[in-house]
Amino acid sequence: MPRITFPHVGESYRSFKMLMEDLGNEVILPPRPSKRTLDLGVRYAPEFACFPVKILLGTYLETCPQGVELIITSGGVGPCRAGHYAQLHKKILRSLGYQVDIVVFEPPRLYPLEFLHNIQRLNPHRMSYRAIYECIRRAWRKLQALDNVEKLTHKIRPRETVRGATTRAYRRVLEWIDRAYSLAEIEEAEQSAIEELKKVPQDPYRDVLRVGIVGEVYVLLEPASNLEIEETLGNLGVEVERSLFLTGWTRDNTWAETTEGLTVKEAALPYLPELLGGHGRDSIGNTVLYAKRGFDGVIQLAPFTCIPEIVARTILPRVSEDHSIPVLTFFLDEQTGKAGMATRLEAFVDLMRRKKAARRTA
Amino acid sequence: MAVRVGIPSSLLYYLYYPAWNTFFSELGARVIPSGNTTREILDLGVKEALADACVPIKLYFGHVKALVGQVDYLFIPRVVCLNRETTYCPKFLGLPDMILHSIKNVPPLIDVRIDVREERDALFKAYRQAGQVLGATGRVIIQAYRKAMATERRFFSLLRKGWSPHEALQILKTGSRPPKKKGRLTFAVLGYPYLVYDQYISVGLLGRLKKMGVDVVTVENLAPRVLYRQKDYLEKRLFWTLGDLVLRAAHYLLRRTNIDGVIHVTAFGCGPDSLVGKYLEMAVHQYRNVPFMSLSIDEHSGDAGIATRLEAFVDMVMRKKEVGLQCPGSLSPM
Ligand code: SF4
Ligand code: SF4
Repeated sequence: MPRITFPHVGESYRSFKMLMEDLGNEVILPPRPSKRTLDLGVRYAPEFACFPVKILLGTYLETCPQGVELIITSGGVGPCRAGHYAQLHKKILRSLGYQVDIVVFEPPRLYPLEFLHNIQRLNPHRMSYRAIYECIRRAWRKLQALDNVEKLTHKIRPRETVRGATTRAYRRVLEWIDRAYSLAEIEEAEQSAIEELKKVPQDPYRDVLRVGIVGEVYVLLEPASNLEIEETLGNLGVEVERSLFLTGWTRDNTWAETTEGLTVKEAALPYLPELLGGHGRDSIGNTVLYAKRGFDGVIQLAPFTCIPEIVARTILPRVSEDHSIPVLTFFLDEQTGKAGMATRLEAFVDLMRRKKAARRTA
Repeated sequence: MAVRVGIPSSLLYYLYYPAWNTFFSELGARVIPSGNTTREILDLGVKEALADACVPIKLYFGHVKALVGQVDYLFIPRVVCLNRETTYCPKFLGLPDMILHSIKNVPPLIDVRIDVREERDALFKAYRQAGQVLGATGRVIIQAYRKAMATERRFFSLLRKGWSPHEALQILKTGSRPPKKKGRLTFAVLGYPYLVYDQYISVGLLGRLKKMGVDVVTVENLAPRVLYRQKDYLEKRLFWTLGDLVLRAAHYLLRRTNIDGVIHVTAFGCGPDSLVGKYLEMAVHQYRNVPFMSLSIDEHSGDAGIATRLEAFVDMVMRKKEVGLQCPGSLSPM
């Protein structure tokens, strides 16, 4: 049985683990990125590599000693660096003596043959395509369930009456989804999870601010890399809406661009007509859309030295001015501290509250 | 009065200024470059650009600021792809947008998009569009374009003969060639043209080497034909034209024996360089142990620090070469 691992991206590992085991692989679970992960990544990655490159390398350096033979990751097609992660990681891991290979999944729409070829490498029992398709379908449904439940916590947390109740309930229900296997079980687990979360005592009259979150995909999807910013905001009475979810993103990348993607592009057009790779243009477009939808503010999350997000950040002040929406940017790296972030967030929340109050009296 | 077209003297200026200058001049415009980088220009840029941006982008902002108020148009093309294969760094792709939306009172931009993957004569069409902004029409534009391309060919062929862009510009202008004498050592100085040739930001790197008797080969001195023959140096090629060229040049030069040392000039905060630098280091180790030095440039690089490091490096290479001459074979891996 090939021993495989993959990057840690939020709670998605629960679904990938199931898929990979169904196909007949032995999965070595990636740990949640920790201080140790960062230290390892920083030590062996080039100094100016972007933050995700470092975290992923650190993650691999934690799993490789357990005998990993194959790493599965997704490529991303230029012109940004993401497409080069895998190659760099492989070179570094090999130079450290780990005989691992990396399989890069590119969007099947662009590289259909490569996609099938890659699938075969993960299919030691030579299952039929039909059987594989069934596995993927279940895994996808599980991913959706995970995303849906997470979205719900973003709504409930700012309204909870007992601090931490949402997060505790969330931890609990994640395990239910984790254990579900058949399609019916997954749907049932999702349903009970949603009901359980709704039982968290809430104050429906609380004056909650709404903030959109935009930025680079990895730091958006992995709470450990953004110091759990969504939780911190929730505790400050802010409902967040994240512009990217794994099921939203993989779909965009996998099938034709969705209509939603098109509107983001259109919204960005007056500011940034060029696709930069990464999610730079989406950051602009989504900010415009959040403003139009009446959000109180936008937070941009970007890895330190992230090229497309730097371009976006240079333009965002103008968007913020034109659409009169406050925007706050965090460039994240291993030195970003939770306390400093909390202080900036509190000030930002104050600013939004004052703005909202002024708008009401006006 | 002639229309004044400003061209910031940074980034692709070092490669395409002669062509741009010829083109706009032929159309009757007065071309105004922002000139050599100075402390003031750098300071303007540092103040204006995002703190997290790389030095060259900050510097470019400074050059733009220096032109604001002096010109009627600013020529800031969106250069996406010129060779059908690789694109420029995403910051080049978003350059006009960054300038337009963050610098106050910018004059109208001529921000034509150049992507030769789109159609066969995309380059000409981009020039035509630029010419139309100035109100020029068909014939005149075609002629200006032809002249621009002729200038570009002459300029590039001078670069390939070993001249630097500054020298080549001088030769194009005056026709006379500066004297050249052979140095004691030859270094490959690899990096983006806007770092290597900017005398201010590179703290006079090329001049210093020359004074120490070191001849220099840069990426621009090599013919692209030769570089593109360097096949398969990576499993997956780099997406960015300039970084890709740096790596190809490295592989080509390292295989030849007449290079005594390699200096990689890299910008503080440069995204692509985190990869290019790492691959370059690996390449240097792969071929033979050519002395290698990486020079990271930021807005505070001081004269003194760089001078000392350079001198030490040159001395080391010199000693190594002398030892090598006395007893051949001792140069094998250290
Ligand atoms: S989008 Fe940003 S974080 Fe992602 S590879 Fe590019 S520079 Fe790195
Ligand atoms: S290649 Fe590097 S130095 Fe050049 S603009 Fe891009 S990030 Fe800046």
